[in-house]
Amino acid sequence: MLYRSHVMVCGGTGCTSSGSDNVAAAFVSEIKKAGLDKEVAVIRTGCFGLCELGPVVVIYPEGVFYSKMKPEYVPEIVEEHLLKGRPVTKYLFGETVSEKEIKPLEETTFYKKQMRVALRNCGIIDPEDIEEAIAMGAYEALGKVLTTMTPEQVIDEMKKSGLRGRGGGGFPTGLKWEFAHKQKETPKYVVCNADEGDPGAFMDRSIMEGDPHSVLEGMAIAGYAIGANHGVIYVRAEYPLAVKRLQIAIKQAREYGLLGGNIFGTDFSFDVEIRFGAGAFVCGEETALLNSVMGRRGEPRPRPPYPAVKGLWNKPTIINNVETFANVPAIISNGAAWFSSIGTEKSKGTKVFALTGKVNRTGLIEVPMGTTLRDIIFDIGGGIPDGKRFKAVQIGGPSGGCIPEEHLDTVIDYDSLISLGAMMGSGGLVVMDEDTCMVNVAKFFLEFIVDESCGKCAPCRIGTKRMLEILDKITSGKGEPEDIDRLEKLATTIKDTALCGLGQTAPNAVLSTLRYFRNEYEAHINQKKCPAGVCQALLSYTIIADKCRGCGLCARNCPVNAISGQLKQPFVINQEACIKCGTCFEKCPFGAIVKQ
Amino acid sequence: MKQIKSLEDLQKIREEALRKVNIRSDRSGTRITVGMATCGIAAGARPVMMAILDELEKRNVTGVTVVETGCIGLCKFEPIVEMYVPGHEKVTYIKMDSDKARQVVVEHVINGHPIREWTLESAELE
Repeated sequence: MLYRSHVMVCGGTGCTSSGSDNVAAAFVSEIKKAGLDKEVAVIRTGCFGLCELGPVVVIYPEGVFYSKMKPEYVPEIVEEHLLKGRPVTKYLFGETVSEKEIKPLEETTFYKKQMRVALRNCGIIDPEDIEEAIAMGAYEALGKVLTTMTPEQVIDEMKKSGLRGRGGGGFPTGLKWEFAHKQKETPKYVVCNADEGDPGAFMDRSIMEGDPHSVLEGMAIAGYAIGANHGVIYVRAEYPLAVKRLQIAIKQAREYGLLGGNIFGTDFSFDVEIRFGAGAFVCGEETALLNSVMGRRGEPRPRPPYPAVKGLWNKPTIINNVETFANVPAIISNGAAWFSSIGTEKSKGTKVFALTGKVNRTGLIEVPMGTTLRDIIFDIGGGIPDGKRFKAVQIGGPSGGCIPEEHLDTVIDYDSLISLGAMMGSGGLVVMDEDTCMVNVAKFFLEFIVDESCGKCAPCRIGTKRMLEILDKITSGKGEPEDIDRLEKLATTIKDTALCGLGQTAPNAVLSTLRYFRNEYEAHINQKKCPAGVCQALLSYTIIADKCRGCGLCARNCPVNAISGQLKQPFVINQEACIKCGTCFEKCPFGAIVKQ
Repeated sequence: MKQIKSLEDLQKIREEALRKVNIRSDRSGTRITVGMATCGIAAGARPVMMAILDELEKRNVTGVTVVETGCIGLCKFEPIVEMYVPGHEKVTYIKMDSDKARQVVVEHVINGHPIREWTLESAELE
């Protein structure tokens, strides 16, 4: 059935949680009511990236972009746009609308600096329909590989492309495949690491939700290259939508003969199964992940032997991240030369980032390696809300670090980030403004680490706990000058002695904030002040007598009766009794209360 | 069950499937607009549009987008269908019906010969 118009309703997790299910249902029923159901199709897609503006709806052929949709808006859009052909500008994304014309989405500043390789089909196809993926070229790379290339040629192509692991480590993918390829032992395994665990990161989830076939195809190509017939996707059970779409994709790929026996009429067979993780952060570490897949306790083990030699069931295994696999078909189809022409000298291609925190357009973006942080945060992300000042950006999750304003013009690649004391990680970007206390941020990430530490090795189990205690001390106003040295010493020891990547990088949040924001630590310790005004124990609330009109609102709302005074006279806060809850600060209609 | 056993099989499915999705990427090809304001709809624009869609599908035409538009102010000539072929002048067909619409798809879109006697210009000459 040929439809003249497609209503693409975002079905990513972000838009689903802001209510896109109801929006889609409203479109279906209104379109039917208007008698347009034979000419207009409603399609659920993957993430468009602009999660901030969700639920997002794009209507083709015009390609116009409706943002923050509500079911109530739908009748008008069906009546005006779909029936009469007049887009309803008041519901369109403001930036796309001008007096003269309505711009398509790709021309907005959010998309202009982006380059979509791993996300090539996200938001464009219906991820639950394999034919739409095939229409966009899915499985052609697999066909090309199976019918015209040897495994050695595939590995060579991957090496030439310069693709490095997108899960965080940045190990060259082609090299990893070559190690596994050279192993004599069989069977071999291909494992997809979809255990995305960094706070605020949702790159892999979006790829699985928006274009699951790109992952399956990448895995099958890897299987052919190393000589494996069996693939496992290790995905966290907290990603129900991603799991559902993967299951549908696997089922459809089997029906079309793109997974299973004799793929493309060759003697290559490959199938994929899904294994669920229970959401332990450490299971993103490859040896812990393998243990979990085998039904054992999710704890890491020392390497070597590397999984390429002894992995799943002690057989040669490659483990790549979701985004890495999604890049593979694009490299095979367009050639290693194309891929390696994108990016910087040592980091090729593009990288997907989940942009969150204090930034106007939170969402999912993909940019060429070598883009600056400034471009990402200020051009694509639209800068900091409410005219606040930028303070730092946290990159790489709990293993990464904070990068301050003076390094915003650094180009993003694996090596430049390491030299700044951060790391690429899987691609979470948390933007922080002037109201963020960096000591508190370090504490937040360390709390996460302490929670998630598996406990197998002492440096991580005990060391991170001690570091957290010191940070607790500092933020509650009991810090001593020696604490900074203690933190640094502990951090270095943990880095050098922890068993796995998680432990070795656990102190990074503290080290990088110490490196760039040492003065904030010192202010907490020496002046007992939190410069950002976040750490409750270090705050004091006072009433400015000149501004106080004596309305008494603060006193009435104070839960501990710490405020006294006479009506129409300036009130006073009793600092001894004050519990620093901030209620008076919020209630004062005249801004007469300051927190310091 | 469409089992894919070769690159040719895949290509075949791809071509079929492309027709389903290409309105989302192709904005450079021929555009057909159908006037769908109150006047157009009252004069019977909807069957005209359905006929165009049906004919395009039947004849496997790709790279053509069909869009609706509002009233262009020539209500007495409705249903109006405008044809934008890249590199050619716009052609405005007037007083269309489903049969005429199907012929326009065949003659103009596929064979590249506008049917002059149904256009606005010929009406103005009279």
